[in-house]
Amino acid sequence: MSAPAITMDVRRIGDEVAVVDIKGDVTAACEPVLMSAYEAASDGKTTRLVLNFAGLEYMNSGGIGMLVTLLVRANRQRQQLAAFGLTEHYREIFELTRLDEAIAIYDSEEAALDGIGDRR
Amino acid sequence: MTETAGPDRVRSPEQIGLSAREAAAPPVPEDQKESPRNAASWAKKVERLEVDPRQGVRGTNVAGRRLTGPVQGFGKMWQKSYRMKAPPGTTPEQAIATWKEHFPEFWPKGNRFAGALTGINPGDVALLDLAIGGGVKLSTGVFVLYADAESFTLMTPQGHMFAGWITFSAEREGAQDGAQDGPQDGGETTVQALVLMRANDPLYEIGMMFGGHRKEDKFWAATLTALGRRLGVADPTVETKTTCVDTKRQWRHANNIWHNSAIRSVFQTLGAPLAGLARLFRHENQAT
Repeated sequence: MSAPAITMDVRRIGDEVAVVDIKGDVTAACEPVLMSAYEAASDGKTTRLVLNFAGLEYMNSGGIGMLVTLLVRANRQRQQLAAFGLTEHYREIFELTRLDEAIAIYDSEEAALDGIGDRR
Repeated sequence: MTETAGPDRVRSPEQIGLSAREAAAPPVPEDQKESPRNAASWAKKVERLEVDPRQGVRGTNVAGRRLTGPVQGFGKMWQKSYRMKAPPGTTPEQAIATWKEHFPEFWPKGNRFAGALTGINPGDVALLDLAIGGGVKLSTGVFVLYADAESFTLMTPQGHMFAGWITFSAEREGAQDGAQDGPQDGGETTVQALVLMRANDPLYEIGMMFGGHRKEDKFWAATLTALGRRLGVADPTVETKTTCVDTKRQWRHANNIWHNSAIRSVFQTLGAPLAGLARLFRHENQAT
């Protein structure tokens, strides 16, 4: 069996923050994986969710659509979303699709954890 | 000080639907991560749309507009898929190449899509005239956000009926394990139009509630049927699936109505004779 095209590792940072480390290809096909990761990250009192794209290798428009769906679910739970680790290319894609207006983008995990706390 | 608990690993169970070709693709070396393998498939960033005049369409309500995604829309958020099986032996690449090449021809009568002469490429802006009844054409446009051999995505500008994007794609389903994608792999190709959208403003939302969704469903079903006939399907059957992703309306975006292209198109249609007279008058003044 060949290696999976994507993995999403969930790390908890205290009670209220979870970081999802995304490694691989983000396409519409990985929606079950992302949603499972979201469920794992949303256990308990999570109010802030940080997506780590440092391991992102590829994302198509289906992947962007899937992030919008994730955003809706997070908004429903009154959770904030942030992202870091995006390459310049994918940062521009977030800006082009105006996803950056809903998912705050940071340069590093530290900045994301600080920033998303300040936005509360 | 932050404390980090151990990871809960979530893995895809079985290549989560990737094609054999995608799964077999070599991993991207570390030193190439700055230019992803699909970088050329994405449009370059634009702040506002720029357009050239095109024959056969009015071409208004697009230049200077910003793009709008589902985040910027007003109404409930919907995901709609329209799917159809391509004839046996058709590869996803062939289906998408045909779709791109003849895209305007598949549109239902009375609607016009004026794209770039070079086809459908990332960053292109196409101008649209859409029949909305009463002899009025709604003039708007779309931006080609993404295009590769197996899919392309169009995104809408301010003033369009909806804020969001439509992805047209084709994929191979049911292929035998280990077989290369192609006519002999035992699978079949399915083509799909996937819409992720919110009505752009309150007026459009009312329109969608009272017949707009039905009209849109008919539009894309007719488009896929025309594509199916071109691909050689004798009796194309389109399967439609609609999901309300978010029942909430985003009232903070109600003022999107300022850009409403339907309202502007009505005024542009009514004002066309006066504008023509004014042009004629100016021309005669310059001649004398």
